[in-house]
Amino acid sequence: MAAVIDHPAGHDDHAHDHPHGWRRWLFATNHKDIGTLYLWFAFVMLLSGGVMALTIRAELFQPGLQYVNPEFFNQLTTMHGLVMVFGAIMPAFVGFANWQIPLMIGASDMAFARMNNFSFWLMPPAALLLIGSFFVPGGATAAGWTLYAPLSVQMGVGMDMAIFAVHILGASSIMGSINIVTTILNMRAPGMTLMKMPLFVWTWLITAYLLIAVMPVLAGAITMVLTDRHFGTSFFNAAGGGDPVMYQHIFWFFGHPEVYIMILPAFGIVSEIIPTFARKRLFGYSSMVYATASIAILSFIVWAHHMFTTGMPVTGQLFFMYATMLIAVPTGVKIFNWVATMWRGSMTFETPMLFAIGFIFVFTMGGLTGIILSVAPLDIQLHDTYYVVAHFHYVLVAGSLFALFAGTYYWLPKWTGHMYDEKLGKFHFWASLITFNITFFPMHFLGLAGMPRRYADYPMQFADFNAVASVGAFGFGLSQLIFLTAILKCIKGGQKATDQVWDNPQGLEWTVPSPAPFHTFETPPTVK
Amino acid sequence: MVMVPNASVAGRSSRSVLSNFAQLGNPVSRGVTGAKTLLGLATLAMTAPVWAVKDMVGGPGVNQINLTQGVTKIAADQHWIHNFLLWVCVAIFVAVFGVMFYSIWAHRRSRGAQSADFHESTAVEIAWTVVPFLIVVGLAIPATRMVIEQKDTSQADLTIKATGYQWKWGYDYLKGEGEGISFLSTLSTPAEQTALGSKAEKNETYLMEVDNPLVVPVGQKVRMVITANDVIHAWMVPAFGVKQDAIPGFVRDTWFKAEKVGTFRGQCAELCGKNHAYMPIVVEVKSQEDYRKWAAAQKAEMLAKADDPTKEWAQADLSDRGAKVYASNCASCHQPTGKGVAGAFPALEGSKVVLGKQDDQIALLLNGKAGTAMAAFKHLSDVELAAVATYTRNAWGNKAEDAIVQPKDFSAARK
Repeated sequence: MAAVIDHPAGHDDHAHDHPHGWRRWLFATNHKDIGTLYLWFAFVMLLSGGVMALTIRAELFQPGLQYVNPEFFNQLTTMHGLVMVFGAIMPAFVGFANWQIPLMIGASDMAFARMNNFSFWLMPPAALLLIGSFFVPGGATAAGWTLYAPLSVQMGVGMDMAIFAVHILGASSIMGSINIVTTILNMRAPGMTLMKMPLFVWTWLITAYLLIAVMPVLAGAITMVLTDRHFGTSFFNAAGGGDPVMYQHIFWFFGHPEVYIMILPAFGIVSEIIPTFARKRLFGYSSMVYATASIAILSFIVWAHHMFTTGMPVTGQLFFMYATMLIAVPTGVKIFNWVATMWRGSMTFETPMLFAIGFIFVFTMGGLTGIILSVAPLDIQLHDTYYVVAHFHYVLVAGSLFALFAGTYYWLPKWTGHMYDEKLGKFHFWASLITFNITFFPMHFLGLAGMPRRYADYPMQFADFNAVASVGAFGFGLSQLIFLTAILKCIKGGQKATDQVWDNPQGLEWTVPSPAPFHTFETPPTVK
Repeated sequence: MVMVPNASVAGRSSRSVLSNFAQLGNPVSRGVTGAKTLLGLATLAMTAPVWAVKDMVGGPGVNQINLTQGVTKIAADQHWIHNFLLWVCVAIFVAVFGVMFYSIWAHRRSRGAQSADFHESTAVEIAWTVVPFLIVVGLAIPATRMVIEQKDTSQADLTIKATGYQWKWGYDYLKGEGEGISFLSTLSTPAEQTALGSKAEKNETYLMEVDNPLVVPVGQKVRMVITANDVIHAWMVPAFGVKQDAIPGFVRDTWFKAEKVGTFRGQCAELCGKNHAYMPIVVEVKSQEDYRKWAAAQKAEMLAKADDPTKEWAQADLSDRGAKVYASNCASCHQPTGKGVAGAFPALEGSKVVLGKQDDQIALLLNGKAGTAMAAFKHLSDVELAAVATYTRNAWGNKAEDAIVQPKDFSAARK
């Protein structure tokens, strides 16, 4: 049977032939191609969500209604949230996982290559459903991204489209997570024990478990909304024995871990970048791993801090307040570790490092306002005001998004084979950092003064800070065009990147050529 | 917009952005001189229209940057704990980033820094786990005391139920002086100021003014029992330190004891549909004596106004009354023209329900329609419901087979 035994090698070569044209993308099974698809998809969604945000800020530039009516305004705030969370931030991190995890653990590809293809190609139809819902009678859902019942029960067909879209995106996320977990647990290069894995891989392993645990919970919550809407059930209708607050419990049991799903991989990216540019090993590797795991576990027992004003009993408020405050401890450990990594290093400040430091700086501000919000008796004043809007944009935009920028600049030379334009990168960083703060810092004041969220119009006394925020928002939006320019320029050409790219970076991804060839680690490397 | 001091209003001149930083106390105003200048410049650079804006009485100040001091102990405590937390956070921020930026300055390759080779220290790592834990415990202690205080709604002098409707508040005085008083409280900002594209000059209390404010006595513990009719709303008055979600089908309670006479304002704080921004809360705190007078007058007025639901009404009278009921309850969705909004809110002009048998319309008004924005309106009186039904049957060229619906038809349907 020698012929048969010989045959598979030749056959394999044929099957792994480099496809061209649209087939390469539609039938993609290569982790690098799928990673690229995810990243472009996320960027397109980032721009769509950004256009919605700028429409919101244009309307809020002055008191009074200038451009949109309140119905459409509510659709915009709702869809901005859904598109950014499910369309931009989450897929972007999955894109990084696809590109980097096999490269970092010395695997030849993801474990389930065809499921990987399916996970991605579920997303464009879901995005079409979401964006398309603007054009159906009654428009898109306007119940807020949290889709609270019973308001979500009142909506038109746009709500059903959003529910279906979130179902699909959830299925995609679960498949992606199973793929990531399987790849990390089974396909590491010989010698790479769990405690030798790069931190980015660790944070994604934990994130993938979080996703598998909570996406079905979200699917359950919105399915109950769907049956309440169309099939006469009363899960969230008191008249039929249901409870509107139960929706919030179920939603936030998903929603709070979701917050960490969007930030843990960001921690991972930053933990890769800081040591490279400090030219010093990451401080406290094992405490970083334990801190990430603690945050993930704690994230399951803090959900009701989003619900302090629903009227919980004293014991409930105290429990969720204490649990929430506790999260500050492992999060603090991470920040201290990063600072200690920088301490007595030999630092240079290329764009990835700038974004990583920017991340630590603004993420910490968001973390500190998080401590303030965790104090239940004070949250009574701040809940559902612009203070909360400021807080979560500090952790999600300046947190997750800045880390995504950092990671993009860091690995772009490996992906494209060219160095990006350092001047453009630095310009992008400073423009983003400054305009971000102009946009969101004044929102703390608005919230403290009592301006509620999701308001299409507001009293005159709030006018100045809103105007400042709107100016900043347009600056921040335009700054992202610098990012697009930098990326396109880097794809087209530029200084040839070396295989190492940076000054002696750690990790297997730097041992393959730049650009990373279509197939890498067909023979697994050995890790000492 | 740029503030223009308004000298004609004695005692309440408008405040500049700069003076507002004094609210955080002296240490801040010294610390943020640079920020003040920057922010002042940014504000001056705005090109929005120029008109005088003053602090709102009982509402937000112009460019207010901190929590209100409020007029209850709870609000004062919240103000205190916020400032306390803020300074703790500022201290942590300065410490952490002092170290980080020192390192960025000192340990850079361009200054010839060589990287050291340490990457763990059990002692340090334990220290920076334990210290934050202790700080957090320190923060939790005063917070716990405040939670217990806020949740104690026992021994109230007065109990009032607030009901959130899309998009107004209803108040029922349940227990204590004024028991039995009941009214709806609706935004009173004129529609020409709030309309899309309106250029009309806006009131100082724009969007935070109502036709019938809630009235309570000073120095008395008021327990607010809060619920909703349709979707979740939230009853918020920052000056009292109170925010409580209004949940349809459930009641929750909260309390306040106002220590000062005056008018205090808040807004709905939970997304409740298109007019979420247009259902403010205004509370007038009166002296004991004034409150007593108000309650007596209110009761007398309610008696005089009470409609006799058994009376047979003439069509014209019902239609006239119905036009008003329509304007304050129906027009925001179905539109003053009766044409609705395509896809979202059905037109009443030519509507089958409106033109058809009265029983269907009566049932729809009393019970709403599940799964749509059409709420139940059974909180309106039989006369109001009959009036609005009659109005819709004859307005906008509608010619219904039952042109008139009498209050007694609603009374019968309720049974």
